[in-house]
Amino acid sequence: MTNKILYDLRDIEKSFVKGKEKITVFDNLNMSIAEGDFLAIMGPSGSGKTTLLNMLGGVDQPTGGEVWFDDARVDTLSEGELARWRANNIGFIFQFYNLMPMLNAARNVELPLLLTNLNKKQRKQSVETALELVGLADRAKHMPNEMSGGQQQRVAIARAIVSDPKLMLCDEPTGDLDRTTADEILEMLQLLNREHGKTIVMVTHDPQAAKYAKRTLHLDKGEFVEKDLAA
Amino acid sequence: MSDLYLIFKNMTRKPLRLFLMVLATFIAFLIYGVATSFETALNAGVELSADDRLITVNKINFTQPLPMAYVNKVKTVENVDGVVHMNWFGGYYQQPQNFVQTFAVDEEALLGVYDKEIVVTEEERQNWLRNRQAILVGPKTAETFGWQKGDRIPLRSNIFTQRNGSDTWEFDIVAIYGAEDQQADLFSVYIHYDYFNETQSFGGNYIGWMGVRTTDPSLNEQVIKDIDELFVNSLWETETVPEKAFSKAFIAQAGNIGLIVGTVVAAAFFIILVIVGNSMVLSVRERTNEIGVLKTLGFRSERIFVMVLAEALLLAFFGGGLGLAVSTLATMAINSLNLPFTMLVDTSVILKAAGFMLLLGFVTGIIPAVNALRLNIITALSKA
Repeated sequence: MTNKILYDLRDIEKSFVKGKEKITVFDNLNMSIAEGDFLAIMGPSGSGKTTLLNMLGGVDQPTGGEVWFDDARVDTLSEGELARWRANNIGFIFQFYNLMPMLNAARNVELPLLLTNLNKKQRKQSVETALELVGLADRAKHMPNEMSGGQQQRVAIARAIVSDPKLMLCDEPTGDLDRTTADEILEMLQLLNREHGKTIVMVTHDPQAAKYAKRTLHLDKGEFVEKDLAA
Repeated sequence: MSDLYLIFKNMTRKPLRLFLMVLATFIAFLIYGVATSFETALNAGVELSADDRLITVNKINFTQPLPMAYVNKVKTVENVDGVVHMNWFGGYYQQPQNFVQTFAVDEEALLGVYDKEIVVTEEERQNWLRNRQAILVGPKTAETFGWQKGDRIPLRSNIFTQRNGSDTWEFDIVAIYGAEDQQADLFSVYIHYDYFNETQSFGGNYIGWMGVRTTDPSLNEQVIKDIDELFVNSLWETETVPEKAFSKAFIAQAGNIGLIVGTVVAAAFFIILVIVGNSMVLSVRERTNEIGVLKTLGFRSERIFVMVLAEALLLAFFGGGLGLAVSTLATMAINSLNLPFTMLVDTSVILKAAGFMLLLGFVTGIIPAVNALRLNIITALSKA
């Protein structure tokens, strides 16, 4: 992990209006993520974990404060600019894999590359490399419904890393997997962080999963509480 | 992989639904193709009517005769370039059900006034003029009865008899004529008026109507006035109209074909609009989560909008194209039955159909496409 700050959230406010009621999720939240970090965010339901992850991923915007990524402000970008920013910088891993059911593993992994200028040959090469990295080179032609949960999540990881993003955001990546498979997935994330320098932010309910991270932040009612278990 | 591949995979992910949507579109365009080409066939007479031709009939109605002497009087009218008189023969071949659309005509004038509709070689022309028993046969009629040039054939009339009591006339086929337009009348047969007139037992020296060619279409109005004024207050007053108007009025006797065809086609389109539109909305709604994932990965909303709309358009063009292709085959099959009209899925039908496909694709695709465009990522991902 380097000391360079990749992500910086300054005085973040986030609130929703539900009916006539204003619900505040974050009020003056500050947070920094260094390049090469592997951060686990834990907390009870409704603590704001997913909202935070959505903001980090640029799929949700704060109602106040500033979001800086790699020394550039992100919260002021338009929807179209944010889409391009996500494509260039963020890799997403979801709890339920979210693979396209009508595409085989290789095509699923190729999806983010459709947003790049790579030609067909280059895309093919990148897909092969990503699938090899997650140990699924031999399953490239398999459809999602022909694979186990663990294999599908590995395809999702390959999809997340194929365009070489700076940050990987994982939303309960092992929430749908058994312990053994979950450990395999977490080891893989750890490997990507350690060997390939990927910065990872993982939201999880699972303390066992959080142990794979370099540090863990606990979120409760929209605030980080003092349980920082720095590795 | 490209966006087109993604569209294709989305379209084909539920084969049964795809099949049913294509089938619905296919049926609508099959109906459209056949119905429209039928209407076009019926209107071909109007479309092919020459601008410089008029029809003069008895003012009471066109089934009433006119005296033969009128022909020469009409020929003297200024700006009349040619006059051909015609009589309905009421012909059939061997059995009454073998109807043959037969006209007794002024043999020379016919080829002058209808030079684009009845095309024969010079040799055939000479044989036609020389032989009083000559008959010009439309290719469709020749095909129906297996007649060939050089054959001698008997034709019977269900109206007239000869002076010897026979209702059968013998004719020599001197030509199977052609026409410049393939939708022209290729069924009619023509016989010499003189031969018919001299042999018939009653009603001689009367004609059914006249085809009048003017020197310039812009003079039609004046010529019409001049002809009809010639016979004002006579026993047989005339009514002269442009050939197009005559053909139109003739077809209108069968009812408003355009309205009937339009209603059938509109009903078919309305039904598929509801079916396909509803299926498209459902199909895209089922993919809410996937659309959310695509947006999360960085696909712009506009790109997804185009992909959904393209899916609806492809479906419309695929089903519609298939329907149109089969309607072409169907019209060919119908034409082979040698009915008295020629159905054609021509360029205008195809272009109109393409327009309808575009419209159909747009209308059925726009709602799901806009829904996809507006879809909020967080809402979409919560539908997992």
